[in-house]
Amino acid sequence: MKIHEYQGKEILRQFGVPTPRGVACFSVDEAVAAAQQLGGSVWVVKAQIHAGGRGKGGGVKVAKSPEQVREYANQILGMQLVTHQTGPEGQKVRRLLIEEGAQIVKEYYVGMVVDRSTQRVALMASSEGGMDIEEVAAHTPEKIHKVWIDPVKGLTDAESDDVSRKIGIPEVALAEARACLQGLYRAFVEKDAMLAEINPLVLTGDNRVRALDAKFNFDSNALYRRPEIVEMRDLDEEDPAEVEASKFDLSYISLDGDIGCLVNGAGLAMATMDIIKLYGGNPANFLDVGGGASKEKVTEAFKLMLKNPNLKAILVNIFGGIMKCDVIAEGVVAAAREVHLSVPLVVRLEGTNVELGKKILAESGLPIISGNDMADAAQKVVAAAKGK
Amino acid sequence: MSILINKDTKVITQGMTGKVGQFHTFHCRAYANGANCFVAGVNPKKAGENFEGVPVYASVLDAKKATGATVSVIYVPPSGAAAAIDEAVDADLDLVICITEGIPVHDMLKTRYRMQGKRTILIGPNCPGLITPDEIKIGIMPGHIHKKGRIGVVSRSGTLTYEAVGQLSALGMGQSSCVGIGGDPINGMKHIDVMKLFNNDPDTDAVIMVGEIGGSDEEECARWIKDNMKKPVVGFIAGVTAPEGKRMGHAGAIISGGQGGANDKLAVMEECGIHITRNPAEMGRVMQKVLKG
Repeated sequence: MKIHEYQGKEILRQFGVPTPRGVACFSVDEAVAAAQQLGGSVWVVKAQIHAGGRGKGGGVKVAKSPEQVREYANQILGMQLVTHQTGPEGQKVRRLLIEEGAQIVKEYYVGMVVDRSTQRVALMASSEGGMDIEEVAAHTPEKIHKVWIDPVKGLTDAESDDVSRKIGIPEVALAEARACLQGLYRAFVEKDAMLAEINPLVLTGDNRVRALDAKFNFDSNALYRRPEIVEMRDLDEEDPAEVEASKFDLSYISLDGDIGCLVNGAGLAMATMDIIKLYGGNPANFLDVGGGASKEKVTEAFKLMLKNPNLKAILVNIFGGIMKCDVIAEGVVAAAREVHLSVPLVVRLEGTNVELGKKILAESGLPIISGNDMADAAQKVVAAAKGK
Repeated sequence: MSILINKDTKVITQGMTGKVGQFHTFHCRAYANGANCFVAGVNPKKAGENFEGVPVYASVLDAKKATGATVSVIYVPPSGAAAAIDEAVDADLDLVICITEGIPVHDMLKTRYRMQGKRTILIGPNCPGLITPDEIKIGIMPGHIHKKGRIGVVSRSGTLTYEAVGQLSALGMGQSSCVGIGGDPINGMKHIDVMKLFNNDPDTDAVIMVGEIGGSDEEECARWIKDNMKKPVVGFIAGVTAPEGKRMGHAGAIISGGQGGANDKLAVMEECGIHITRNPAEMGRVMQKVLKG
């Protein structure tokens, strides 16, 4: 689960990471009032959306007067901000962060991830702040320094100072950099984050270190014990279909093709998308109904897929283990009736109670196309989507 | 022969008294020699009781002492599952299989750290378990699709493993053992660990390796195969069509060298001499072709 920059900075401040003072705003008037409240002569008006690359897309502006704050807030609030992470349609800006300006001498990158291969939290730091870390990794990987953190010791002073020196933070600022890195680590662990980035971390004219941005992604499996994080969720930033799916405990991701897929198990669901593509079709979604799909769940899954205006056909691919094929067949029949299915439906069943399941489909009187195996089903659904 | 488990393995079920645990314990006991294999359950509040004749003990250690069991399987809900693994490790079991899906990553980081220097092997979490056909099934896979034979299967997925097994059985190729290592980012046995066991198992002739996007475990296994594997390996990776930005595994992929995409994995596997297929419906047929030479 992702959150906004201003929320990320609130978390960082709780863990002692210095950030510029700022106020989150939902209207132009609030933005102007915030600037006046903050005082000073330079403010940054920052669009709050979950996607990165906001500056390049025109979502971050430096204002030198309250009038300019008003002007920029007017421009940015409500705009469709397009960045390399939003897709061509962009994301509507509904919130702003008004922040005091900082005199930036140097920008750094600091990030944390859960590293699969070492099974540790890894700190990544680079002198190339403000850039996409993917770019740095691709072109100058030697500029990324890593520390694998011992979960009992945490990020030690020595480790923090060492990595800070490697990325060029001056001696005079090491103590404050330590507060940033160790605070980030504690926030990462204590809030169950999967990814955290401060990009850029900056050195100011008076040798202070500040987090100028904050990006967090939290472990959805741990949200049950992080109600304060759940409160930060902004549904406007998420795909409506995916939000709807999560209500029914369905794992759903929208794609840009025209063949809907309903599958049990994430691996088989991906493989089903792959085989559709292999036979010349395009999957419209990833949809894993999980291990215990009920009739209600299957019906909701059908409704979700049918909301997609591009949908031309549906493939149901079930390998029954815990889930019995007769139960899923009954669910499919009931769902197809309830939603008045308007596109061709191909169903492939295998595993527990498969014969019973096939019989239910055959006797339903519905125009369901039966797939004998995964390849047969994929070829049939691709043909059906093309109107053949 | 087989790897890790056989008809003589004695198993403790952690979380046996819950709904999921009861359901699967019933089916595991009904499969092959299961009635003699699943000898104990654990629930501190229900010690002294029994489930269909299987005694419940207060702790894993008590269960181990009373029954001589060396393996446990875990169905405990996510919030307590990492602690259940810790308990099994502290009881010095040989093997722990964690079926539970949805354990917080930071819990698993702590558990894996605790496991350093311990001899207990972990499979999972978020896995279907493992099976040696006609001998013992520990986990949630449908037993009846399996057939005793000489092909090993190792996979990160559940139902996609069943797909591979189903194809093998339909073509008359039985399995020595099938291991689901699970889909979580922080887990126990990796492809490479299972592959080493299959390589040394005299009753395994060839292996199907099923992977998916994310991390670099498949690449690591492929490189090991190139230098060490004496048996043919057929490989498939799910997720060629999975969209990039949808996952946040991005920064995680950087740290392991910019890998994680299905095409990258398939390329490395092919370079290392694995018989790859891009068609998930062809895993069995490719194996058939490889064995015929």
